Amino acid sequence: MARTRKGIEVSIAMADAVAQANVDVIAAYPITPQTHIVEHLSEIVANGELDAEYVPVESEHSAMSVCCGSSAVGARTFTSTSSQGLALMAEIFYIAASMRLPMVMALANRSLSGPLSIWNDHTDTMMVRDAGWIHVFVENGQECYDNVFCGYRISEDPSVMLPLAVNLDGFILTHMIEPVIYEDNETIRKYLPDVRMKNALHPDNPVSMGCFAMPEIYTEAQMGREQGLLDAYPVIVKAWKEWGDLTGRYYRPIETYRTEDAEYCIVTMGSYGETAMEVVDALREEGEKVGVVKIRLWRPFPFEDFRSAVEGKKSLIVVDRAISFGGPGGPVALELRSALYGRPNAPAIVNYVAGLAGRDVARSDFRKIILEGKAKASKGETEGFTLYGLRG
Amino acid sequence: MDKFSVFSSRLVEKSENFTSGHRACQGCAEALAVRHVMKALGRDTVVAMSTGCMEIISSPLPLTSWRVPWIHNAFENSAAVISGCESGMKAMMRKGKIPAKKINFVAMGGDGATADIGMGALSGALERGHDMVYICYDNEAYMNTGIQRSSSTPYGASTTTSPAGKVSIGQHTQKKNMAQIAVAHNIPYVATACSSFPFDLMEKVKRAAETPGAAYVHVLSVCPTGWRIPTQDAIKYGRLAVDSCVFPLYEVIEGEYRLSYKPYKKLPLTEYLKGQGRFRHLTDKEIQMIQQRVDKDYERILRLSEEEK
Repeated sequence: MARTRKGIEVSIAMADAVAQANVDVIAAYPITPQTHIVEHLSEIVANGELDAEYVPVESEHSAMSVCCGSSAVGARTFTSTSSQGLALMAEIFYIAASMRLPMVMALANRSLSGPLSIWNDHTDTMMVRDAGWIHVFVENGQECYDNVFCGYRISEDPSVMLPLAVNLDGFILTHMIEPVIYEDNETIRKYLPDVRMKNALHPDNPVSMGCFAMPEIYTEAQMGREQGLLDAYPVIVKAWKEWGDLTGRYYRPIETYRTEDAEYCIVTMGSYGETAMEVVDALREEGEKVGVVKIRLWRPFPFEDFRSAVEGKKSLIVVDRAISFGGPGGPVALELRSALYGRPNAPAIVNYVAGLAGRDVARSDFRKIILEGKAKASKGETEGFTLYGLRG
Repeated sequence: MDKFSVFSSRLVEKSENFTSGHRACQGCAEALAVRHVMKALGRDTVVAMSTGCMEIISSPLPLTSWRVPWIHNAFENSAAVISGCESGMKAMMRKGKIPAKKINFVAMGGDGATADIGMGALSGALERGHDMVYICYDNEAYMNTGIQRSSSTPYGASTTTSPAGKVSIGQHTQKKNMAQIAVAHNIPYVATACSSFPFDLMEKVKRAAETPGAAYVHVLSVCPTGWRIPTQDAIKYGRLAVDSCVFPLYEVIEGEYRLSYKPYKKLPLTEYLKGQGRFRHLTDKEIQMIQQRVDKDYERILRLSEEEK
């Protein structure tokens, strides 16, 4: 395939990227809004355009289990899910990370039941925040496409060997038609060669995987996971840098927009970053000194990048897409508050939870959130969170 | 001709792929079954094992009893994990990423992992027809967690969650017939076996591994701890289960039934039940009722098998 620019549905572009990544096994169970990704992949396999096994499993629990098996034998593995599917596979989702099994998942973010809702927010991914996976958030179709390759490059790196989830907002991204630049296969091969994993299950080199641990060794095993995620950080940065050098599209753990001279910033994760940038442009016209801070890498959380991105700012308005019931705010705000806690001159944090289950957050809403948030910060009203747009 | 096999203990594979030093209880017939199964399978085998007795006794970090590539992931998903291993290897061999080679893909689980919690994953794997063998080691309860009833616990057995009491017979449901459920998936090979009949067990495991597509082997594995029998009697009770026709040994090859072993003299059920602590509370009347059920089930297998044709 030559380098081309296409107007295409994001799910299709992502599936095409998986095919270009030359995966060996795809195991998935249908769930909205992830379906277009796996439908298109099964089509690609059925047409012989990708030589892979498409395993149409009977549940998401088995989808993740199949992925663990195929990754354990060293096969390049892909899966995709959303919401309840993620909840069902959560048990094995944790085990995949603990067993250091590389794979890439397209996690089409959707709200969790109940009440049943198929629409987008981040409640599903927050449920598995602490599973030990690498979590990347993307904003648009191009980022989805690119991060499939970066994802495998990172996940399969011998010093990482961890599963990686590309979080893309359900419907807002999955069902959007956008311009996406497809790289040629030669570039992809160069960036992402086929690798043979060390210690894959094979009779020539028998190993035991998934042994159980007594208390004498469990703690050390957990520290191994923690260290693994920390060690992944430089690999992630390098993989994104090299992708940028090849394609001109650079990714960073924390990305900023018009923050240099900003006095306060709106912080987003996922597709809201695009809207936030537009609103910030408009507010800048009016003389507001506002910028956008976007969290791309959620786990391992890039504390240093974040702290330097917000250094000297007066306040941060954090827009969360999930609630921690009975807790002090949305998960992102909690993270950022603890990242800054006790630091001298740390910016004040005002937290909004918005856009739950696909409730539209338009530019006018962002404008309102930013201005209201700024006012709250100046009045010192930084406790808890505000559920934006709550009716009556 | 393949109906007749000559067995000689000298011809059995000498190398141990499931090694000694594991932590099974004294007299565990399940560990014995695993040992024989692994002899039959040989080294070119990948094993995915469910959480359970056999998993915890054989893999305490940093030790292992396994001389073959072995993976444990969770309780209910060994059939799905082995599906992934098989699919991954198949794709990589086809694409030339690794050299082509015949490898046995074998999932193993206890009766709880098979008949209860892992039923969906197993059914999915059998339906998809992966080239795999699923082996259920049936000791008729959740022995690893302390003898709780499963759907594979026989009627009348007292367990820690189906205790016999003043108003309860103990387990008051009939044992789920997993072999028949496997047969219903129209897979090419299903068999029942018991570690008291090691040659028959090994023969069946070999046949299951050689069969292209999904195969299922259900192995009755006597558990002295859970059945409350003396540890030296595990083999004896396996024989009694088969000789009393409580657990008939048979194969279903491409839907055709074949009885593997017909007892010279069918023993009365009491021979099997007496001496087992879990059945101690049963009255003669209750035993008579269970006997009728055993007879009926056995007659059905006889009817279906070629022996009766």
